[in-house]
Amino acid sequence: MTEVLNGAADVRVTGLRKSFGTHEVLKGIDLDVGHGEVVVIFGRSGSGKSTLLRCINFLEEPTEGTIEVAGIRIEGGGIRTRAKRDRIRQVRIRTGMVFQDFNLFAHRTALENVMEGPVTVLGRSRKQARAAARELMLVVGLPDKADHYPIQLSGGQQQRIAIARALAMDPTVMLFDEPTSALDPELIGEVLGVMRRLATELRMTMVVVTHEMGFAREVASRMAFVHEGEIIEEGTPAELLGSPSRPETRRFLEAVL
Amino acid sequence: MAVGSESGGGEVASPLPPAGERRSRREGLELYSARIPFRLKLAAVWATILTLLVALFAAADFDTAWMRDHASFIARGITWTIIIAVLAIVLACVLALFGALGRLSHNAIAVGVTGFYTSFFRGTPLIVQLFLIYLALPQIGIALGEPWATWLTLDVLTAGVLALGLNYGAYMTEIFRAGIQSIGHGQSEAAEALGMTYSQKMRRVVLPQAFRVIIPPTGNEFIAMMKDTALVSFLGTSIDQMEIFRRAQLVGKADFRNLEALLVAALMYWGLTTIFQFFQLRLERRLGKAYTRGTAGVSAPGQRAAAGRA
Repeated sequence: MTEVLNGAADVRVTGLRKSFGTHEVLKGIDLDVGHGEVVVIFGRSGSGKSTLLRCINFLEEPTEGTIEVAGIRIEGGGIRTRAKRDRIRQVRIRTGMVFQDFNLFAHRTALENVMEGPVTVLGRSRKQARAAARELMLVVGLPDKADHYPIQLSGGQQQRIAIARALAMDPTVMLFDEPTSALDPELIGEVLGVMRRLATELRMTMVVVTHEMGFAREVASRMAFVHEGEIIEEGTPAELLGSPSRPETRRFLEAVL
Repeated sequence: MAVGSESGGGEVASPLPPAGERRSRREGLELYSARIPFRLKLAAVWATILTLLVALFAAADFDTAWMRDHASFIARGITWTIIIAVLAIVLACVLALFGALGRLSHNAIAVGVTGFYTSFFRGTPLIVQLFLIYLALPQIGIALGEPWATWLTLDVLTAGVLALGLNYGAYMTEIFRAGIQSIGHGQSEAAEALGMTYSQKMRRVVLPQAFRVIIPPTGNEFIAMMKDTALVSFLGTSIDQMEIFRRAQLVGKADFRNLEALLVAALMYWGLTTIFQFFQLRLERRLGKAYTRGTAGVSAPGQRAAAGRA
């Protein structure tokens, strides 16, 4: 659908289909995300936007189609052989995922959560990982919460730690699955603030599923509207939020804005 | 008029006049009782029970001197009881872990083998399993010829540990499975999203959290197992390898002091289980650490449940 200007895309989704039983949730999605781009995916609940995101790092196995992250190509569907599992792991290592309900490791402190990936998956030394984790705690603005357990933190703080945990893997792309939907309204701002910093200061490639249209307008390089398993409209925030061409998009925006 | 739920059916049927006086006396008793601290009342109840028991034993021509003389002989069995129980619980935990992982896997061999294992060992009596392993295995060994005949002829201790471990492992498979399943799917997904392998995910994320759920019921299993070590006695053994119950039986029968001997044995089991409960409680408190909010007094649900049991 979109041509990425400088050749290599960080994420390339081609012909993605996903069915749960007989119900087809995704009906052929093509999406390219260029280096440093922030793509906001939005749509009605049940439109398939979260499934699309979860297919990118194979938390859901695509029924059909290809996913390419940082040059690693994986065909969807078929049996997960050892070779395929290895490739999926390689994709996941290069993909940072932030979940709607944070999913911090409940038995580890904030700092240990951030250290976990580098130590266990990348085999870094604890000392090195700890130093890097402390820096990331600064990036998300929580340097004094290092020794707190998740249950001792607010939702907004937990989500910021979750972002730090994903960043610690030094990913090619960050995936955000409705990162503010489980938060009390007054805590949404702090999480969006961190995400804004990632986009503007760190030039992080990001795919964000969200209803926060204000954030999209300000930060997104591109937006994609998902309707009944298809991307039916795609463009800059100015185009989509200003003058959507499809009636479905218009109706959705009228409802949320 | 107002027939309260506290007045019994008999009272209603009886003639009316004394009711007022009676109720006030009863009320007085209630008020008096409420002033006594609960702990004191509890101690009184225990003291009464123990006094009654002592009186009963005295009537049965109870010989405390004999108990004192033979306690050390029976106590030498404690070591074997503990050795059998500890080895068997270790075996049971290992089996339960693999049993649970097997039952939760998508591998037909793993599901089938663990399914057969739990079904058989939960479906047959422990005492039968003990004898199968001790008496029946050698028969299979002989049929297979050497070296199987030697390998499958087990001494009492090995057979006992094996039977207890296999049996408890089958029950504990369910405990471990439930513990693993109690950890939310989100924890697994977060681990997978970081690129962890199955074994990394289990070792670093799922099992450490599941153990907190698994430990209280496992402690109960261990307590039950310490008592079930007495069953190993039925296999018969040489005098230096006898556990508590076998020793008690032996001296009790010889001097016809069964009451004294068995009481000593019972007290020893009771002591062992009480000591263990104390350690279990401390361990649970440590494991609850990550689940307490800032205030120190708040305890995790598992702790409270265990405190209620102890």
